[in-house]
Amino acid sequence: MWKFNLYLYLFIIAPICLLAQGKISGKITDGRKRALPGVNVFIKGSYDGATTAADGSFSFATSTTGDQILGATLSGYQSIEIKINTGSAQQVDIVMKSVANALRVVTISAGSFEASDSKKGTVLKPLDIVTTAGANGDLTSAIKTLPGAQQTNDREGLFVRGGTGYETQTLIDGMIVRNPFYSSLPDIPGRGRFSPFLFKGTTFSSGGYSAQYGQGLSSALVLESQDLPDRSSSSLGVSLIGVNAGLDNLSKDKKTSYGIEADYTNLAPYFNVIKPKQAPNLGPEIIGTSANFRRKTSATGMLKFYGYANWSKMGFETPSLEYPGLNESFKLRNNNVYTNLTYREKLNHDWHMYIGASFSTNTDDIVSDTISKHPTPTLIKVQSGLSQSRIVFDRNLGRFSMLRLGGEYQYAVERSAFDGRKMSFTDNYTAAFAEADIYFTPSFMGRAGGRAEYSSVLGKMNFAPRASLAYKLDNYSQFSFAYGDYYQKPEPKYILWDNGLGYMKATHYILTYQRMTKFTTFRTELFYKKYSDLVKTAPVYSNNGDGYAQGIEFFWRDRKTFKNVDYWISYSYLDTKRDFLNYPMRVQPDFAANHTASIVYKHFLPKLSTNLGLTYTFATGRPYYNPNLPADKFMSERTMTYNSVGVSASYLTSIRKAFTVFVLSVSNVLGNKQVYGYRYSSDGMRRDEVTPNVPRFIYLGMFMNFGIDRRQDVINNL
Amino acid sequence: MKRIFLSLLFTGGLAVAAMAQSAQYESVMGKEVGELDSSKTYAPDVLQQKSNVFERIAAAEKNQWLPYYYAGYCEVMQALMTKDKEKIDGLADKAEANMDMAEALSPKNSEISCIRSLIATARLIVDPMTRGMKYGPESAAQLEQGKAYNPENPRVYMLQGQSLLLTPEQWGGDKVKGKATLELALQKFAAFKPESPIAPTWGIQHTRELLTKAK
Repeated sequence: MWKFNLYLYLFIIAPICLLAQGKISGKITDGRKRALPGVNVFIKGSYDGATTAADGSFSFATSTTGDQILGATLSGYQSIEIKINTGSAQQVDIVMKSVANALRVVTISAGSFEASDSKKGTVLKPLDIVTTAGANGDLTSAIKTLPGAQQTNDREGLFVRGGTGYETQTLIDGMIVRNPFYSSLPDIPGRGRFSPFLFKGTTFSSGGYSAQYGQGLSSALVLESQDLPDRSSSSLGVSLIGVNAGLDNLSKDKKTSYGIEADYTNLAPYFNVIKPKQAPNLGPEIIGTSANFRRKTSATGMLKFYGYANWSKMGFETPSLEYPGLNESFKLRNNNVYTNLTYREKLNHDWHMYIGASFSTNTDDIVSDTISKHPTPTLIKVQSGLSQSRIVFDRNLGRFSMLRLGGEYQYAVERSAFDGRKMSFTDNYTAAFAEADIYFTPSFMGRAGGRAEYSSVLGKMNFAPRASLAYKLDNYSQFSFAYGDYYQKPEPKYILWDNGLGYMKATHYILTYQRMTKFTTFRTELFYKKYSDLVKTAPVYSNNGDGYAQGIEFFWRDRKTFKNVDYWISYSYLDTKRDFLNYPMRVQPDFAANHTASIVYKHFLPKLSTNLGLTYTFATGRPYYNPNLPADKFMSERTMTYNSVGVSASYLTSIRKAFTVFVLSVSNVLGNKQVYGYRYSSDGMRRDEVTPNVPRFIYLGMFMNFGIDRRQDVINNL
Repeated sequence: MKRIFLSLLFTGGLAVAAMAQSAQYESVMGKEVGELDSSKTYAPDVLQQKSNVFERIAAAEKNQWLPYYYAGYCEVMQALMTKDKEKIDGLADKAEANMDMAEALSPKNSEISCIRSLIATARLIVDPMTRGMKYGPESAAQLEQGKAYNPENPRVYMLQGQSLLLTPEQWGGDKVKGKATLELALQKFAAFKPESPIAPTWGIQHTRELLTKAK
């Protein structure tokens, strides 16, 4: 029996005796000998352990004996396991290495501003675009508050760093948008066609962008469409100038969604009350519709369709400069269709595939009585069609590095008829690109690649090398450098006239410093851009134009210092000269200002649930052409400085079950006079200021949004 | 015979050892969970220590969901209390990972849904203007899910009541409904029988505090 007692002792009492205490203490630091507080230190397989104090020290007693494994974990750091013997008192000092996770590695930031909810390096959120005062929900207007963009408000498009609007490409899910802006009238810019709510991400690249994109000399606006919505919803909007309605439906299995939207805008009643400078004689009236379909085809596959169709008509009458006392009229009817279909899928552990196709067509029908007093008005019809297909493969190389290979094909048809005289051309454009992102260390990376392009209408091939480097100083700051060659076909209207033209070229050099915490961003960028082979139309059509642009830009955004306040300040200095089109020599072009600055201020009043917004933009005067001056004074005169204050207020409430927002927005609230340039009569005797059509625009609207379950309630309550 | 006897005894010994382990589990968890009732626990560094303790226990007891649950609870509480908004997402990620582990051991658990709802709320707080559309509804949906799993869980009603009370009306809040829901939560608390001494019981005090504020 004693034996039994012995066994009893061994097996039952012994574990209790093992509670003999060993003491383990030490200190935990990171690679730079800084103390790490909050580390969980423990004996593996037991409960024994401790959390390190502010100075990185820890100390605990353990009942385990013999050889044990001491573990240490802290999020953001590599876990550590060390063999120790708990028999005697132990002093253990540990160094933990930070984990190179996707959030901490350096990324290329030179030349680009990203607006996204998901990605790091995000400067703007999609909602920021909608709530920027003075932008009236127009993506381009909001982008204009960022450094690099010009306040060129007398013509549509993004004018970036000395480049024209044509030199900026807009892409949706990688697919080119041929006509991203509404067709416009002389001196009245067309808005962007696409609602900011369609996109989960917006990247505004003011230069040095990836070899993935071509045919933009100065800038790329890369829009990434929403994935599946979180839930079904519908919306209804009413404003002073129109109505819109939309529906977004998510299937029960949350794998498929579709959405439709329609809007109708009619500015005629508004212009009856507030007389514009140019009197409307047609519309302005716009009907827009869009549809999307998204399907998650597998755990990693996504199919997206987006289609947009739009009809507009507008016309204005203005007193004639050439024939005082007479009116000149300009009427425009536009039809526009844009569709794209994209599919992405993970092929295996390393490879990703992306395929896209897009089709767009645009027709502008113009009846113009302005060019000269003809007995009959001039009829102009401009039609353009573009089909694009694109395929890209991504391959992971190690943990963060990757290789990107792809190609695209575009088929473009351009037709124009001028009083029945017809001209047209078609272009087959093919391009291939390869690019690799290589991480030398998690805080130092390089991107190198190139793009080869061939355009059949030009009959020429080009090769554009691109390279970037990024180096991270610490968790918040980094330097980036980018270099690249960019080629673009001349505008279709010049190719129509002359087929001997070749590519225009720009070479970019950009150096960026960025410091970014979660709620503040500071950026400064220095750039130099060299233009060559720009199109000249005088004395003869040629590629003999050239020029340069250089400057420095600053951006500061702060969402932390003041409660409920978010503001950003951007400043751009631009020095640019170019000799192109009919310019007799190299001068600062009429779309470029030397100094441009914006302040965007947003204040949320939680008690009133109201958002207030204020945007102030400033730009120094732009050159304009005065035909009365001698030729060597070409573009030597400047317009007045540009000042504009936009305000907006949005009040959030609910009406029955619908989340409702009332929006009031006033552009140029102080009524500052804005002159963009001057038009002269052909004899130079009379001139007319180019000013906004209405000095101040007031927008009042109501938007209701409801989930489908709630919508049913609303309908029942009606 | 002796060998059989010994082996029997041996397995018996193992069972006793396992019971000893389990007794240690119950006692350590009892102590740690008990301390969660103390207001002293609700300071960021104490909560961090606590979540570390629960993570240690979770690592040693791979078949228990409660240590993961409490580790995540301490992390989400830390996320909700911290003044440094930059820390919230990291804590929410950790809490989420712990909830995934807990859910794998105890699927369709109403208590886990409650923590997931709090995680969504914490993420929302980081940037309400831009995250509200996503995390507000997700927080509410988790509570609905929690109610479906266990309609008797008082914490579901407490969190729903709190949300109704503290959300501005234009975002779907409703003070009257909030108060009624909190009163319902109190009834549920009174009727609630925890499955074990270490099962979640928190919230009754907070419910009372919210109700005094609601008056």
